[in-house]
Amino acid sequence: MKLLVCIKQVPDMESRFKPNGSGTWFDEADLAWRMNEYDEYAVEEAVRLREQLGESAELTVLSIGPDRVVEAIKKALAMGADRAVHIQDPAVADKDPWQIASIIVAHAREQQYDLIFTGMQSQDRGSAQVGVLVAEQLGLSCATTLVGFSYENGIVTAKRELEGGIKGVARLRLPALVTCQLGLNVPRYPTLPNIMKAKKKEIAALPVDGLLAEPAVAVTTSFHPPAKKGGGVVLEGEVGVLVDKVIGILKEKTAILR
Amino acid sequence: MKSLLIGEYREGRLLDTTYELIGFAGQLGAESAMLLVGSDSQLPAFNGTIYLADAGVCGEYNPDLHKQLILEVVGKLNPDCIVFMHTSYGWDLAPRVAAALKCAQISEIVAITDNGFEVGCCNAKMRRTVRSATGRTVLTIQAGAFPVAGREGTPCVEQLTTAVTSTLEFVGYEPAEAKDVDLAKADVIVTAGRGVGKKENVPVIQALAKALGGELGASRPVVDAGWVDHSHQVGTTGQTVSPKLYIACGVSGAIQHLAGMKKSDFIVAINKDKDAPIGEVADLLVVADVMQFVPALTAKLQ
Ligand SMILES: Cc1cc2nc3c(=O)[nH]c(=O)nc-3n(C[C@H](O)[C@H](O)[C@H](O)COP(=O)(O)OP(=O)(O)OC[C@H]3O[C@@H](n4cnc5c(N)ncnc54)[C@H](O)[C@@H]3O)c2cc1C
Repeated sequence: MKLLVCIKQVPDMESRFKPNGSGTWFDEADLAWRMNEYDEYAVEEAVRLREQLGESAELTVLSIGPDRVVEAIKKALAMGADRAVHIQDPAVADKDPWQIASIIVAHAREQQYDLIFTGMQSQDRGSAQVGVLVAEQLGLSCATTLVGFSYENGIVTAKRELEGGIKGVARLRLPALVTCQLGLNVPRYPTLPNIMKAKKKEIAALPVDGLLAEPAVAVTTSFHPPAKKGGGVVLEGEVGVLVDKVIGILKEKTAILR
Repeated sequence: MKSLLIGEYREGRLLDTTYELIGFAGQLGAESAMLLVGSDSQLPAFNGTIYLADAGVCGEYNPDLHKQLILEVVGKLNPDCIVFMHTSYGWDLAPRVAAALKCAQISEIVAITDNGFEVGCCNAKMRRTVRSATGRTVLTIQAGAFPVAGREGTPCVEQLTTAVTSTLEFVGYEPAEAKDVDLAKADVIVTAGRGVGKKENVPVIQALAKALGGELGASRPVVDAGWVDHSHQVGTTGQTVSPKLYIACGVSGAIQHLAGMKKSDFIVAINKDKDAPIGEVADLLVVADVMQFVPALTAKLQ
């Protein structure tokens, strides 16, 4: 059985974001990068299934981007993926979800994966489209927002998270694609021996040029901070002083402190 | 401009979010029709045509079939945009429709501007303006971002039926976990976010809640990591609260969290990041390390 997990490398969300030269995305200078949080759950779930199936299964991890994304790929390999595909694209940030999905599809169509895992969305773009677009283009059965996953005899049982904490359960026949939500599992930390083992695993590098045939369907015209609604008071300074100020404001503005 | 709105219906009920779609279409100045997989006993008040398929026959979660219904109506109406809520129903179905129509999708719209649609990015810290480059566009709108339409009008109903084979089979719903705390009744909620750092620090937040006679709340990562029980989670997939005082400790202010607490009377946020989006709803943003500030505040209150 052939398994694929698609991951994205994203900046640490606690970074300060500034527009880049074209004003349509962030400037990458001084950012720290990590694996998209949703994808960590996808990798963990894929590795668990790989372990359940044993040697009859092979798990590939795929990421599109410049050389820096190899760091995220190595993490997935250290978590337990068998091999990797790095689709080299220095201009990945200019692609829309439709193009990203098309690139993955161009690779996956040849490989005939039985089951594909993705995060439900990325932390930076948050479009929640790529996984489903890949599934549709490949004609796979698909369910999104998984907080529960099990597999037996060609059938995936997917527990989807709905609003208010309700879950919806569906069964999918392979080939299938699932998008993973926070809390699906507890992603493992790669251990030192596994980090060492991962160094020997294959990372196939493919230039994006051969894989992308589709033009963009959506265009970003601006990247900017939200307009400040204002009104709120911002306090900075020494903790002791802050505490007194906060107590003063709470006494004045709320009926909680008298 | 013609729009097709995709109404929402779950567990035998029309969802109120359907009126946000109508509100959005109003702002867009679009002439609209609606498609609903629901029931004729639960029609929204709406001045326009509703293409209605019976959820009892078509299923509430049957994306292949719902997609097919939408494509049939798109064929009839030729709308410029197809609008979904950005919810578990909408974000699951919208890209399927966009893929079938080979058109752009713009996700989680928060505002309409002259240059395109505004969407959030970077965990709600930033915004993008996005334009479609295709004649038709699939849109999903953020819950709570657009005015809820007044409930007026009587729709003109056209029944739809269709059948498709699918490799997905819906099994059923599982209810939300029973809550052992009803946060909705609390006057004060002090919430632990991921910024509290580790499980061992949660009692520090709990102590402040106690000093104020309130309850402990939690953001989702704190619950997912097992630091705090799910029954304390605030947000779209937890509880919706509006206490007199809400103190968010080390919470960044993602939309799914804000949706659960932004109606609180007075909001205090403690965050080391001055730009954290929680600042957008906070009446008071204290820029400080939670683990230094919170114990000092608790001590002063006792
Ligand atoms: C479909 C869906 C449903 C969701 N439902 C919910 C929900 O119901 N509830 C919910 O909360 N989330 C929900 N989420 C997750 C949500 O998107 C965010 O990921 C989550 O709210 C972030 O939690 P957080 O603010 O605690 O953590 P983070 O976003 O990691 O933020 C931590 C914050 O702490 C600050 N910080 C760090 N260290 C310190 C320190 N020492 N002192 C002070 N501040 C510090 C940081 O500056 C940062 O702002 C949902 C997501 C999805 C996709």
